[in-house]
Amino acid sequence: MTSIAAFGSWLPARVVTNAELAAQLDCTPEWILDVSGIEERRYAAADEDVVTMGVAAARDCLERARCAASDVRLLIVSSGSAAQRFPGPASAVAARLGLGETPAIDVPVASAGSLFGMVLAAQLAPAAGPVLVVAAEKMSGSIVLEPAHKATSILFGDGAGACLIREGPGVLRIVNWQIGSDGAFAADLRLPLTGPIEMNGRSVIMQASRKMPRAITEVLTRGGIAPAGVAVFLMHQANQNLMNRVAKSVGAPPDRFYSNICRYGNTSSASMLIAAAEWAGSTELNGGESVCFAAFGAGFHWGALLAAAE
Amino acid sequence: MSNQDRIVRILKAVSQSDDVPAAEESLFEGGYLDSFALPDVVSALEAEFGVKIPDSDLNPRKFETIAKIEQYLAARKA
Repeated sequence: MTSIAAFGSWLPARVVTNAELAAQLDCTPEWILDVSGIEERRYAAADEDVVTMGVAAARDCLERARCAASDVRLLIVSSGSAAQRFPGPASAVAARLGLGETPAIDVPVASAGSLFGMVLAAQLAPAAGPVLVVAAEKMSGSIVLEPAHKATSILFGDGAGACLIREGPGVLRIVNWQIGSDGAFAADLRLPLTGPIEMNGRSVIMQASRKMPRAITEVLTRGGIAPAGVAVFLMHQANQNLMNRVAKSVGAPPDRFYSNICRYGNTSSASMLIAAAEWAGSTELNGGESVCFAAFGAGFHWGALLAAAE
Repeated sequence: MSNQDRIVRILKAVSQSDDVPAAEESLFEGGYLDSFALPDVVSALEAEFGVKIPDSDLNPRKFETIAKIEQYLAARKA
């Protein structure tokens, strides 16, 4: 049995409201809320980056799991907004956590990176030992606060999430997963080496609206769980309207889709684990509840993972 | 009922509006559809015309106007 032992998260202190952005983007706070479901997001300070945020989320996770850093056998760090081409942030996160020569690998997959990291961890943990998955994003460095870029600039925030996956009992037992990639649409959502994020929103929405429900349905069918039987869906917090659409397509009550996008915006690959950490910290589990993770993002990469409370 | 009439009927149902865009007019720029309505249009087209639209064809440009939708469906059914 492979389980998620705990989640962790960390968010910058600076709150950026819709009113603050609207003044710079020639739009209204109400428009931002209407098209995204976002009321505010967090921006990291100049001395906070993917590494510092990732370390903070990792420490929070390890503390909740009552796991010493020295017990971690593999670190996986997901980020699409790291400060340099190489090395990726994984080795620096590992060093600051005191992991010594523990292997640390990067998953440079925006949005769906934490889900891919969890799937990798679920397969590696039985052989390697405890795997710490960290997702950290400084998206505020990837946007331009000008009216011409408002469609993307309103969406993103900064933050980090983490989870510890290991063999043996935990908070959630991993049941199964489904992941996929399709490079035919790689140009429709990307962060070039220079310049801000480029997004073909219609293409993203059309593909995500099909691929995510399909992945969710696949893991639920294999797990013998009806959509209405899932206690909570923990999705990449991309856009509230997209989450509502996925809920409708899957045939599950919208209130089962945990949402904190109104407070943090879209923190790319970090968002699903930040949501999971918040949900886990505010929920009493009785045992047996089904939990479904799902994400979609640049690449395109997407997938779903089914877990069950111990 | 012509194919174009059937497409217009779908667009009216999805947009919940009786406005009818011109055949060459952008459904998006004209404000007839927002991005989140397009997947509903695609699903309705599949049901109405009995075609399966693969993910690889989900390029928004193919569904930009009524005329383009009509052309796409004709090619799909050919």
